[in-house]
Amino acid sequence: MVEYRMPSLGADMEAGFLREWRVKPGDHINRGDIIAEVETQKGIIEIEVFDEGIIGELLLKIDDKVPVGTLMTHILTESEAKTGMKVGEKEEEKVPPKEAEIEEKEAKVAGEAATPPPAIPTPPPIPVHRIRASPLAKRIAAERGIDISLIKGSGPEGAITRKDVEEAVTTQPRPLSEQASYDAAQQPTPEKSTTDTMRMAIAAAVSRSNREIPHYYLQTKVDMSLALAWLTDTNKQRSVKDRLLPVVLYVKATARALEEVPDMNAWWDNGLQRKKDIHIGFVVSLRTGGIIAPAIHDANKKSTDELMKDLSDLIPRARAMRLRSSELVDSTITVTSLGDNTVETMFGVIYPPQVALVGFGGIKEEPWAENGMVGAKPVLTISLSADHRATDGSTGSRFLTELKKYLNQPELL
Amino acid sequence: MNDKQTIKLTYREALKQGMLDALRNDDRVFLMGEDVGSYGGAFAVSKGFLKEFGPDRIMDVPLSESGFTGAGIGAALGGMRPIVEIMTVNFSLLAFDQIANNAATLLHMSGGQLSVPVVIRMSCGTGRQLAAQHSHSWEPLFAHIPGLKVISAGTHEDARMMLQPAIDDPDPVILFEYTAMLNMEGEIPADIQSVDISKARVRREGSDISIITYGSGVYKALGAAAELAEAGIAAEVVDLRVLRPLDTATIVASVSKTHRAIIVEDAWQSVSISSEVSARIMEKCFYDLDAPVERLCGIEVPMPYPKHLEEASLPQKDQIVALVKKIVNYG
Repeated sequence: MVEYRMPSLGADMEAGFLREWRVKPGDHINRGDIIAEVETQKGIIEIEVFDEGIIGELLLKIDDKVPVGTLMTHILTESEAKTGMKVGEKEEEKVPPKEAEIEEKEAKVAGEAATPPPAIPTPPPIPVHRIRASPLAKRIAAERGIDISLIKGSGPEGAITRKDVEEAVTTQPRPLSEQASYDAAQQPTPEKSTTDTMRMAIAAAVSRSNREIPHYYLQTKVDMSLALAWLTDTNKQRSVKDRLLPVVLYVKATARALEEVPDMNAWWDNGLQRKKDIHIGFVVSLRTGGIIAPAIHDANKKSTDELMKDLSDLIPRARAMRLRSSELVDSTITVTSLGDNTVETMFGVIYPPQVALVGFGGIKEEPWAENGMVGAKPVLTISLSADHRATDGSTGSRFLTELKKYLNQPELL
Repeated sequence: MNDKQTIKLTYREALKQGMLDALRNDDRVFLMGEDVGSYGGAFAVSKGFLKEFGPDRIMDVPLSESGFTGAGIGAALGGMRPIVEIMTVNFSLLAFDQIANNAATLLHMSGGQLSVPVVIRMSCGTGRQLAAQHSHSWEPLFAHIPGLKVISAGTHEDARMMLQPAIDDPDPVILFEYTAMLNMEGEIPADIQSVDISKARVRREGSDISIITYGSGVYKALGAAAELAEAGIAAEVVDLRVLRPLDTATIVASVSKTHRAIIVEDAWQSVSISSEVSARIMEKCFYDLDAPVERLCGIEVPMPYPKHLEEASLPQKDQIVALVKKIVNYG
């Protein structure tokens, strides 16, 4: 019998919502099967199992929010299932802690980072996010710059072995920054690992940007009440997997604003060269370090649903470094969102030959004065880094104003 | 070995020839033990010795392990090269104080002045259904003690050749022989002159997994490796031979090559030779491991009397094959 617990899907995850069970008690499951969908700050994650067996009693209800490590179900062997073994007898594990408790904990963690939060009795977290790999497999992956988190293990309980890594070496392509490195003079030395190579390529790109591009920076704030209300509303009509995340609105609003202010959608190459198509480079952080900004093609022409689909497709592929070449080089502007963390504002470094980068911070509740009244609103800070050779502050300001307009009228998107 | 001249002999005969050589080579060497003289040894290993060497050198002793082992240690201190035979390892516990507190410590206690060049032989492991008090595998107990050298004759070659270097060693050596193997026939090179007692030996080379073992595990592991070869798995068999001090370098070289290891021994698993080998693998070649180290050891029960239960209590060839397949086929 294996205890299946709420996995940690990232170091910052405290708790997750169970959004859907994909199995019912008595179902036979194999390694790699998806048994549930769990929603975190990062969206809805399909939860895989690494064991084979029979699903026992489901101990969580749909939309339960429970801390990482909470028992979700048991995976039984054939004989255990046959003998009708009852599972989950331990009462304290069966009952998930009250949501208020979790909220309180989160609030404390967020608000009082300086003082240690009081110990709240939760089941010991099971480090499900920890990658099961043999030491040799990890060593080889590190040496060759392979992202081991993307490899499916063939060993006991899904452990990744040398063979799995060696197969991955032949299938995982080199990262974007190496392929698309515009600065041929900065070619990495061959003995460096891929991670080092990517770091060096990023170093070269940002150094050149900082050296050559006279940046100017603008910032604005948007009351996101309307946008979030619109999202909640539209998501109600959607199945769990089709739900939209705020980032889709950022991309779409940026694309629409660029239609209005085309000077921002351009490359600088001996002068400003406007681009007809709007391809938004979306920054994806890689787990091994480094970033990739694959293009979302024709973002202005796509519906929010199509964009959501694009993102759901693009981000995992970016992390797996399985991008298409067009996605590596076509971008006409860069969008970066650090909203998962506590950052409010980021002033980015423009990715040449583009002329602008839009940064979205996290949505944070703030006092907001409007019409002589002060209220608490969910506020998003948007920043713009722009190339002063290509545009002036007034153009940038116009762009941000348009962007803000669309976020205030999400139905227009 | 095929292209060389070999001699076929039983394990018992190999032990006997080893002792004859030692007795003939050096007048200071003598054998003392229960029934080693008139009776010819409990296992007939010293049959005929009394006639050739006389009662001064083939010495029957009273049934007192502590007494005669102590006498042997004293003789070694006095310049002799005694071979003390403790009939079976089970009785060695009665001599344990002499071995652990005297033989193992006197070099240290005398500030390096007194060496104890004694060899203590003992027959080890299961025999023919000798049950819980006469079937022990005490190798781990002795291998625990600094000041001793502990060696294990898991092959005919070592049964034949290990005694002489043990006698030549200036420090106390515990030599484990295996009762269950006495009648087993084997081949050794005709021209073999000596073996070392400092290194483990790779008995069969392979690239997929290291089967690390000693004593009665060696032939089982070799049998398993032959069967695994038919299944396409190249298992390397490492015979530890020297249980103290362990030859870590040979273990590490093998595991670094194969990336997987199992350890096989008759002794109970907890706090055993395999525990130590496993720990050293983890310490010295963690980043070369592609699978957890696994162990096949004696089941932790007093040895049962019925034959089938006795067999079930010890690692067998089929279990080695099954475990190796499980580990290798996953990876």
